[in-house]
Amino acid sequence: MKVAIIGNGVSGITAARWIRKLGNHQISVISSESDYFFSRTALMYVYMGHMKFDDIQPYEPDFWLKNRIDLVKDRVKQVVFDEKKLILESSEPIVYDKLIFALGSKSNMFGWPGQDLNGVGGLYALQDLQNMEAFSSGLERAVVVGGGLIGIEMAEMFHSRKIPVTMLVRESDYWNNVLPPEESAMISRHIVKHGIDLRLNSNLGEIIDDGDGKACAVVVKETGDKVNCGYVGLTAGVSPNVDFLKNSSLEVERGIMVDDYLRTNIGDVYAIGDCAQIREAKPGRKNIEAVWYTGRMMGEVVAHNVCGNKIDYDPGIWFNSAKFIDIEYQVYGDVPQESNSIYWEHSCGEKSIRIVYDQNTQIVTGLNLMGIRFRHEVCEKWLASKAKLEDVLENICLADFNPEFYETYEKSLISQYNESFGKELVLKSKRSLNSVLSFLKQ
Amino acid sequence: MSDPVYNSMSVANPHPLHLDLQQKLASALAAIGLLIILMAAINIKMVATVQMLWLSLSLISIGTIWFAYRAYLTKSPGIKNDGIMFSSLTNKGLWAWMAGIFITGFYVLLYWFPSYLGLAQDDQGNTGLVAFFDPLSMLLKSKPASQWFVYGVLYTLAILIFGLRFIWKYRYNKYQILRTLSVMFFQLGFAFLIPEFLQKLNYPYNDMKNMWPLNYYFFDEWSIKGFLEGGNLGWFMLLFGILMIFIISPVLTYLYGKRWYCSWVCGCGGLAETAGDAFRHLSDKSIKAWQIERWLVHLVLLFAFLMTMGVIYSFFHNNPQGYWFDKGSIVMLISIIVIGLIGTNWLVKPFKNKIDQKALYIFTGVMTLGLLLMIVSYFTGNKNALFIDFYTLRSSYGFIIGAIFSGIVGVGFYPLMGNRVWCRFGCPMAAILGIQQKLFSRFRITTNGGQCISCGNCSTYCEMGIDVRSYAQKGQNIVRSSCVGCGICAAVCPRGVLRLENGSEDLFSKTDEIRNIQVK
Repeated sequence: MKVAIIGNGVSGITAARWIRKLGNHQISVISSESDYFFSRTALMYVYMGHMKFDDIQPYEPDFWLKNRIDLVKDRVKQVVFDEKKLILESSEPIVYDKLIFALGSKSNMFGWPGQDLNGVGGLYALQDLQNMEAFSSGLERAVVVGGGLIGIEMAEMFHSRKIPVTMLVRESDYWNNVLPPEESAMISRHIVKHGIDLRLNSNLGEIIDDGDGKACAVVVKETGDKVNCGYVGLTAGVSPNVDFLKNSSLEVERGIMVDDYLRTNIGDVYAIGDCAQIREAKPGRKNIEAVWYTGRMMGEVVAHNVCGNKIDYDPGIWFNSAKFIDIEYQVYGDVPQESNSIYWEHSCGEKSIRIVYDQNTQIVTGLNLMGIRFRHEVCEKWLASKAKLEDVLENICLADFNPEFYETYEKSLISQYNESFGKELVLKSKRSLNSVLSFLKQ
Repeated sequence: MSDPVYNSMSVANPHPLHLDLQQKLASALAAIGLLIILMAAINIKMVATVQMLWLSLSLISIGTIWFAYRAYLTKSPGIKNDGIMFSSLTNKGLWAWMAGIFITGFYVLLYWFPSYLGLAQDDQGNTGLVAFFDPLSMLLKSKPASQWFVYGVLYTLAILIFGLRFIWKYRYNKYQILRTLSVMFFQLGFAFLIPEFLQKLNYPYNDMKNMWPLNYYFFDEWSIKGFLEGGNLGWFMLLFGILMIFIISPVLTYLYGKRWYCSWVCGCGGLAETAGDAFRHLSDKSIKAWQIERWLVHLVLLFAFLMTMGVIYSFFHNNPQGYWFDKGSIVMLISIIVIGLIGTNWLVKPFKNKIDQKALYIFTGVMTLGLLLMIVSYFTGNKNALFIDFYTLRSSYGFIIGAIFSGIVGVGFYPLMGNRVWCRFGCPMAAILGIQQKLFSRFRITTNGGQCISCGNCSTYCEMGIDVRSYAQKGQNIVRSSCVGCGICAAVCPRGVLRLENGSEDLFSKTDEIRNIQVK
C-alpha cells in the first residue's frame, strides 16, 4: 500500500512513524516547509539563541532512510481525488492508495490595512522565523498584535534580543478569554515587569507603509496612538490551512471534516492535526484543537485506521501547557474563566494553584497551575475517577512534580482552605515517588 | 546553505553580545588580574610580589563575579540561555579556539614541563609562576609551592567563582543551588584545604572523597605505605577508601543514582559544572557518539581494574611480610571478587538482560584471562601479575588516562567538545557508578505523562550528550548509565516535563512503560 502524507509537522510525522511500526507500507511525506521534521513549538528558541535549527529536529537525518520514510520537499498544488493523485509544483505527480492531510494552520489575518506589507508576519512556519530574522538587524521596536500563546512568545523573542516590544491586546487583561482573572492578571503583571509595553483593550487599526512597501508604524484603533516600529507580528490565533482544498469535493468547513476515525467524506482520505475538524467532538473537547499534543495523538490513531485497525479517536482528559516568559502554565480538565474554584497564590505573585470543582457534588473538574509543576498521571486519575475536592486537597502532595528541594506549598494551600471553610483537613500523603506509584496502581 | 536561518544561526556571531559598561569594566579587572599572573609566569620582576599575588587573585575573582552579577542578577530568575548559540566563546568561534589552546597548553606544561612554570630545579628556589604562589603555600603548609599547588589553587578558585555564577544563573532552582554549594564545599575543604593541612602536619596527602578508580594511585605502593605509616589517621583513610568502594558508594548509588558523586561531590564534575557550564551544550548527541562512549568508558574501566590488580599483586610481592595479608590471600581475594563480578553479570537475570551481549563476552573473556595470568604468576613466583611489567602498565595508564584524557582532553577541550568529555568517555569511576545506576538504582528521570513538545532544550543542554528528548517525547522515563543527574534538563524544560527522582516500587520496570501511546 502506498500512503501519502501531506505535511511534515508533528501530526504527519507521528502518523508516518506509526504506519512504519504497523507494517511494510510505502510512505511518502510531502512538505515545502523544511527538509526534515522540526519542533514548531521550539522555533522561538532558535531565534533566542538557546538552540540551533538542527537542535530542534528530533531525529537525525538518517532516521528517515533507516525507517524508509520518503521525504518529498515540494508543494501540493492540487489533489485529484478520483485518480488518487497529487499534483506537485515541481516534481512528478504522486499516486497514492491512502492519503492523510496534516496541513497544519495559518496565522489569522483579519483584513487589517497594511497586513501584506514587508516587515509584517505571524509566527507559525519556519518561513515566519526567517522573516523575523531578516528584519531584526538594527530593529528599534517591534509591535506584536494579539494576546495569546504565540503573541507572548514573539514578544519574549524580541525581548531576548533587547529589541523593545509593544503588545496590543484586545482583551482587558492578557488572555482573559481563556484564563481565569487572577491568572490573567498575574501574566499581565509579569509581562510589564519584563519591560514590555503592554497595551490592553487595544486593537490594531492599521499598519502604516513607509513608502517602500515596508511597515513603519501601527495605529491603535481605540486611541489613535501611532507606534513607530520596524516589524509587526500578527499573532491573533491560527486557523486550519485548507484554502487550496476549498471548491473541491472534500468537505471543508473551517477545517477538513472528519469522523471519529479521522476519515473525511472521501474514501481512503484522512485528516489530522490542526487542519482537521471533528464532526462530533467528545465531551469537554473542541472540534478543532490546534495544539501539539492532539496532533500527536491523532497521528497515532490515524496510523491504526489507515492500517486497518479501526480505532476511535478519543483524546481523553484535556491538558495543555505553555510558558509565559518565566512562568510555566499547566492545565488539566475543564478550567473556565469563571468557575467555582479554590485559588491559592504564593506571596511572590508568580505561582498559583486553582482547583475547579462542582459546588453540589464537590467533584474536581479541573486544575490550573502557574509556576508550579503537577504530575500529569495523578491529575488525570483524579479527574477520571471523579475525585472529591477534599480528597484531592489532602493528597495534594501526590501531584507535586517540582524539582527536589523546592519550597513546599501544600501546607499553605490546605490551611488557606481550612480557614476559609472552617475545616480541619490535614495532609495525608507525602511527597514521594513510592506513594505516587502506589496511588497510580490502586 | 543558503537558508537565512541556517546562515544567521551557525556563523559565530551575527548578533552583537549585549555587554553593559559595568560588564566591560569587570572584564577589564579580570584581564588585569590574569595579566599580572602571566607577567609573573614569564619572570617579569614586580615590586611587592606577595601583594601582587593577592591583587591578581582578587582582581580575577572580583571581575568574574561582578560580570556574572550583571549578567544574571539584573534579570528576573528563569532560564538564562539567551544568545548562547550566537557567542563566539560558547559556539566554537575564535574565542573558543583560543581558550581551548590556552588551557591545553597550560596542561601540557603542568604535566610534562613544570620547569617552564618555574618549578625549582635542583636546589634552587622556584621561579616564575610557581614562585608567585610560594607565599600562599608557605601560609598553608610552610613549604614552597609546587606546580600542583598552583594548579590546586587555580582549580579551587575556578570552582568557587564560577560556582557563584552558576548559582546566580540557576537561582530559580534550589536543586542546582544546593548541589553547587556541595561541590564548592568538597573542593575547598576535602580536595584543597584538608590535604594541604595534612601535609603541614606531616600526614599523608589525601583527598578522601577522591575514590578509586578515579583516584588510580590509591593502591600504589607509595600511597599504601603512606597510609600504613600515617598512624591511626592513615589507617582510617585506607579503610575509609576501601569502604567507599565496596559499601558507601554502592549504597548511595542505589538510593540516589550516581549523581550523589558526579554532580554533588566529585572535583572533575565540580569544575565541569561550574567553569564548564557555558560549554555544556557542545556535547555530541549523535547515536554514533553514544556508541563510542559506551565502548571507550568501559574499556578504560577494564584497563583500570587490571592495572590495579597488577599494582596490588606487586605490592604484596615486594613486601612479603609485615602486613595482615600476604600474596596468597590477596590472590584469593582478587579471585573471589573477579569470579563474583562475572557470576553476578551472568546469573542475575535483570542484570544480564540489560547488558549488551558483546560487552558481556568481552568483559568475561578479559577478566578470566587476567585472573588466570595472575594465578599462573602466583604459582610460578613471577613478580608481575599479568606478565607485563606493571610499572609500564601503571605509567602508561597515568600518561594516557590520567594526563592526556582527564586533563588535556577533559578540561582543555571544554570550549570545543563540551564540559564532560572526560566524565563521559574516560572516567572509570563514572563507568562503575553508571553500571550500578543502570542495574540497581532507584534513580530515574521521570517524564511527565504526554507533555513533551520535542523542543530539544533537554538534549541540547545535556552535558553528557544524552538525547533526553528521544525518551521524553515517547513518555518514557530516562535511565541512562551516563546520566550524572545534574538536573539541567529538568531546569531548562519549558514545560516542566522532567523530574529527577528516586523510588524503589518499580526498580526493574522503571523504563518499561511507554505512557505516551494513545492506542493501548
